[in-house]
Amino acid sequence: MALSFFIEVLLGGLLAGVMYALVAIGFVLIYKASGVFNFAQGAMVFFAALTFVSLVERGVNFWLALVITLAVMVVLGVATEKVVLRPLVNQPPITLFMATIGLTFVLEGLSQLVWGSQPHGLELGIQDVPMEWLSQSANINISQFDVFAALVAGILVAALALFFQYTRIGRALRAVADDHQAALAVGIPLKNIWAIVWAVAGFVALVAGLMWGARNGVQYALTFIALKALPVLILGGFESIPGAIVGGLIVGASEKLAEVYLPQYLNAPLTQFFGGAVNLQGIESWFAYVVALLFLLVRPQGLFGEKIIDRV
Amino acid sequence: MLYREAGQFKSTYAEDQQIFPIRQDRIGVLLFIAFAFVGVPLVANQYWFAAILTPFLIFSLAALGLNILTGYAGQLSLGTAAFMAVGAFMAYNFELRIPGMPILVSFALAGLCAALVGIVFGLPSLRIKGFYLAVATLACQFFVLWALQRFGWFSNYSSSGVITAGTIEIFGYRFETAAQKYLLTLAIVSVMALAAKNLMRSETGRAFMAVRDMDVAAEVIGIPMMKTKLLAFAISSFYCGVAGALYAFCYLGTVEPEAFNLDLSFRILFMIIIGGVGTILGSFLGAAFITLLPIFLNVLFGGISSFFQVEISHAWLSNIELIIFGGLIVFFLIVEPHGLARLWQIGKEKLRLWPFPH
Amino acid sequence: MKRKHPVLALTAAAALGYAGLAASQAKEQFVPANFYWVGPYAPGGSGISGGMLDYFKLINNRDGGVNGVKFTWEKCETEYNNARGVECYERSKKKGPTGATLIHPLSTGITYSLIEKGTQDKIPIVSVGYGRTDAADGRIFPYVFPMITTYWSQNTAKIKFMGQKAGGMDKLKGKKIVNLYHDSAYGKETIPVLDAQAKKYGFQVTHIAVPHPGNEQQAQWLQIRQIQPDWVILRGWGVMNPTALKAAQRAGFPRDKIIGVWWSGAEEDVIPAGDAAKGYIAAGFNVSGANYPVIKDIQKYVYAKGEGEMEDKSRVGSIYYNRGVVFAIVTVEAVRKAQERFGKGQPMTGEQVRWGLENLSMDDGYLKKLGATGFMQPLKLSCMDHEGGGQVKFQQWDGKQWKVITDWISSDQSIVRPMIEASAAQYAKEKGITPRDCSKEK
Repeated sequence: MALSFFIEVLLGGLLAGVMYALVAIGFVLIYKASGVFNFAQGAMVFFAALTFVSLVERGVNFWLALVITLAVMVVLGVATEKVVLRPLVNQPPITLFMATIGLTFVLEGLSQLVWGSQPHGLELGIQDVPMEWLSQSANINISQFDVFAALVAGILVAALALFFQYTRIGRALRAVADDHQAALAVGIPLKNIWAIVWAVAGFVALVAGLMWGARNGVQYALTFIALKALPVLILGGFESIPGAIVGGLIVGASEKLAEVYLPQYLNAPLTQFFGGAVNLQGIESWFAYVVALLFLLVRPQGLFGEKIIDRV
Repeated sequence: MLYREAGQFKSTYAEDQQIFPIRQDRIGVLLFIAFAFVGVPLVANQYWFAAILTPFLIFSLAALGLNILTGYAGQLSLGTAAFMAVGAFMAYNFELRIPGMPILVSFALAGLCAALVGIVFGLPSLRIKGFYLAVATLACQFFVLWALQRFGWFSNYSSSGVITAGTIEIFGYRFETAAQKYLLTLAIVSVMALAAKNLMRSETGRAFMAVRDMDVAAEVIGIPMMKTKLLAFAISSFYCGVAGALYAFCYLGTVEPEAFNLDLSFRILFMIIIGGVGTILGSFLGAAFITLLPIFLNVLFGGISSFFQVEISHAWLSNIELIIFGGLIVFFLIVEPHGLARLWQIGKEKLRLWPFPH
Repeated sequence: MKRKHPVLALTAAAALGYAGLAASQAKEQFVPANFYWVGPYAPGGSGISGGMLDYFKLINNRDGGVNGVKFTWEKCETEYNNARGVECYERSKKKGPTGATLIHPLSTGITYSLIEKGTQDKIPIVSVGYGRTDAADGRIFPYVFPMITTYWSQNTAKIKFMGQKAGGMDKLKGKKIVNLYHDSAYGKETIPVLDAQAKKYGFQVTHIAVPHPGNEQQAQWLQIRQIQPDWVILRGWGVMNPTALKAAQRAGFPRDKIIGVWWSGAEEDVIPAGDAAKGYIAAGFNVSGANYPVIKDIQKYVYAKGEGEMEDKSRVGSIYYNRGVVFAIVTVEAVRKAQERFGKGQPMTGEQVRWGLENLSMDDGYLKKLGATGFMQPLKLSCMDHEGGGQVKFQQWDGKQWKVITDWISSDQSIVRPMIEASAAQYAKEKGITPRDCSKEK
C-alpha cells in the first residue's frame, strides 16, 4: 500500500515533469541561439493553443488547423525577430528580457482580442483516465494521457536532436549557439538563423500548448505554465535540451514527493517545536525553486549548462 | 545657456562634494520639492492624491530600492514584491503587538525585517549571477507569500489571512485624509531618495558600481565581495520594505498577501528599465510611466468613445490597451534603451548651449 | 462570435448615448461598472458586467428607470488588480449627479481595499457572494454588504446538502470530507467554519491547499485518493476548477461527489474540463437558464433592439450573466427602497442607498413582480444582518448545461452568526471602531 502509493506519486511527478520540460525546451532553444531569455514563451503557448482550438471549433479539419497554427507561429516568430529583437541587438540581456515581457502583454491582448476570452475544452482523442490494467494489478493510477505526453515529448526531443545534428540549418544553429562572431565569420546568415529559431520555438510552443490545453483546457491561465518551467531551466541549465528534460523530471518528482510527504511527516513535529499550528501544504509553490537554488550553490551553471569563466 | 555651470567656482571641498554640485540643479530640486509639498496640495483633488500621487510615490520608492540592487550593484532580482510584503506585514505586526509604537519606528523596523530577508535570499548571489540569480530570487517571491499565507501569526490569525492597517498618528497628529497621507508618503520618499542619492556617491555606492561593472575586477582591487553584495541586498530590501509598509498604511489600508504577487515584481522591474537603470531620477520617471500609462490609455479611450458617441466593445478596448502598453514598452526599449532618465541627461546637455548653436 | 465593429456600433450608440449625456441630465442614478475584460478572469468579469448592464438597460427601456430616474454607468478596467481597482473607484465615485450609488468591486482583494474608503466616502460596498464574510455584521461595517450569501453560510448549506443525501444530519458522523481550497485569502476563508461543523456533526475534514494558480494538482488528488473521502468540497477559482475536475478523473474519483462553490460553478469552469466535468455539482446563489421572465424581458427590451452588452448572445442566461442580473436587481431595488423614503423620482446618494440596502426586503411576491421567482432567493436585510439571504441551490453539470437539482437550501446561522460577530469584533478592536447601536437606527 505505502510502497505502491510512493511509486504512484513518483511516477506521477516524473510525468508531470515531462510536461514542464515541454515548456522549458522552448526557452532553451531561444536562449541557446540568441542569448535571449524569452519570457513570452508562456504567452506563445497560450496563443498557439487558442488559435488551434478556435480554428477547430469553427469546423476546420484537425490537421489543417495544425498546419495553419504552425504557419501563424512561424510568422509570429519571424516578426518578433524582425520587429523586437533585431533593433535591440547588442543591448544588455536584461533589456531583451524586458522586451519579451512587453511582447507577452502584446500576445495576451492579441489572442483575446482575436479569439475572445472564453475558455475552451480540447480533445486530442486520448482520454485522460487511469490505465485500468495498472490500477487493477498494482493499484497504481497512471493516466494514459500522461504516458502519451511523455511519448510526444520524447519524439519532439528526438526530432529536434536529428534536426540539429543532421540538417544544414541545424548545423548552422549549433555554430551560432557556440559563437556568434565565428559563425558570422564563416558566412552563416545570423539573422535568418534567429528567425528560424523563433519559428522552431513557436512550433515547440504549439506542441506544449496542445498537451497542456488537452489537460486543463485552453484558457488564459496557460500563460502561467512558464513559471513552472523556470526552476526546470535553472536546474537543467539554460543552454541544454537534455538538461531541460532531466531538470523537468527532477523538478516534477521532487515537488510532488515534497507536497505529499513533507506535510504528512513534518507538520506534527514542527507544530510541537513552534508551539503553534504549522502546515506545510502548498509547499510545491516554491519547493522546486529552492531545490534548484540549492543545486546552483554547488553547480552555478546548472546540470548541463556551460561553465562561464570570468577573466579580468 | 540656461544650464551653464561656468562661473560657479568651488572654493571648499564641502562645496565640491555637495549632492547637487551645480547651482541650477540645487535650485531645480528645491523648487520641485517645494512644489510637491506646497503647490500640489493646493491644486490636486482627492482623486489625484488617493489614486495617482500616493501610489506613484510608493512605487517610486520600491523602484528606487530595486534600482539600488539592480541598477547600481548589478544583481537582477524578481522578488521585489516579496520584500514589500515583508515590510507591510511586519509594520502591521509591530503596530499591533507593541502598544504605543510610533508609526515611523514601525516602518523603519519593518524595513529592517525586509533587509534581513533580503540578506538571506541574497546569499545565493555570492555564487550565481545573471538570469540564474533572477530565477533564484523567484524562490524568495514564492516562499515569502507562501509563508505569509501559511503562518497565521503574520495576519493575527485572521481567517482569510488579510491585514488591516491601523490609524497613522505621529506626535498626536492623525493622518486621515488622502492629502495628509500623500504628504506623509512624500516626506518619507523625499528623505529616502536624497539618502539614496547621497549613498550612491559614497564609498559604498562606488563599491556597488565596481561590483556591477565587473565583480572579479572589483575583488582584485580589494572590494569585499560578500559584504558589498549582501549590503546591496539589505539596502534595497529596506527601501522595498518601507515601500510595502506605506503601500499598506498610506494607500490600500487593507491588504492580502496576494497583493504582492509576481506581477507587481515585474511591474517594478519595468519601472527601472523604462526609467533608467542606475539612476535615482529614473526610478521616479519609470514609476510615473508605468503607473500612469494604463490609466491614461483607459481615460483616453473612454474619452474617445464618449466624444464620438461610439460604444466600442469594452473587451475590445481593454485588450487594445494591453497591446499598446506592451507595444510601448518594446518601443521605448528600442528607442531609448537607457531609459527616460537618459532623455533628461540629453536634454541637460542641450540646455548648456541653448539657444546658441555652439 | 463576431466582433462589434466600432463604426457599426455607432448607430446603436447614437440611440443610447448614455455615457455622453450623463452629465447633462439631472435625473440619473450613476453606478460604476468597474469590472475586468482582460486577463485570466475575463470570462467572469465580462459575463457579470454584461448581465448587470443589460438589466439596467431593461429598467431604463421598459420602465423609464426607477420612478423616472434612469441608470447610467461608466466602465473601468480593473484587471482584477488592487491598485487599478482603487484608481477606478476614485475616478468613478464623484460621477453623476449624486456620485456613485454603490459599488460592486467584483474582486475580494479590491473589496478589502475599498472597505475603509467606501465607509469614509459614504458609498456602499456591495460584494454579492464574495469579499469579507464578517462584514455581514452591519454594526461594525455600516457600508459593507456581503449580500445574499456569504462563504460561511454557503458552506453550512453544503454540509446540509450532504446530510440530505446521506439521509439525515446524524448520518454525517464518521464521514470523510476533503476541503480542496485555493491557497489564498478567498480559499482559506471557510476553514474555521468547516472545523466547527466537523466538531458538531462528527465528520472528519481534511483541508488540502492548492497553490495559485492551480494548474497542477497531481499531488493533491493522489492524497485525496488515499483518503477516499465521501465528498470533496472544491473552493477553486479560475483554472483551478477545470484542472481539479480533470485531476479527479485521472485519480478515478467520481465527479458527482465533488461540490463546488459558486466561483467554481460557471459554464466557464467546466467546459475546459470536457467530459471530465459530467456529474459535478456546484452550489449557487443564482441559477443558470434563460427561461425566467426577467431574462426574457431583457431579450425583448434590450437584445431585440440590438442594445445588448454580450457579443456572444449564447452567454445570455449563463451562470455569470445571470449573476450580473442579480447584482443589478439588488442595486435597482435598493435605489427604489431609498426613493420611497428620501423622495420618489430623485437620484439617491450613496448614504441614502445604504439605508435602502439595509431596509431591503424582497419576499416571494416581490420577486414574482420582478419576474425572478426561483431565479434568486428572497432577501431581508437589517442593520444587524447585511447578508439577508443565506440560501443556495445546487446544480449539476450534465455535460451540456447546469441542471438545478435542489430547492433553496438554507444555511445554519446558529454556527455562522456567532463566528461572524466574533470576527467582526476582533476587527473593531484592532481598528478602534465603536459598533453602532442597531436599536437606534431608523
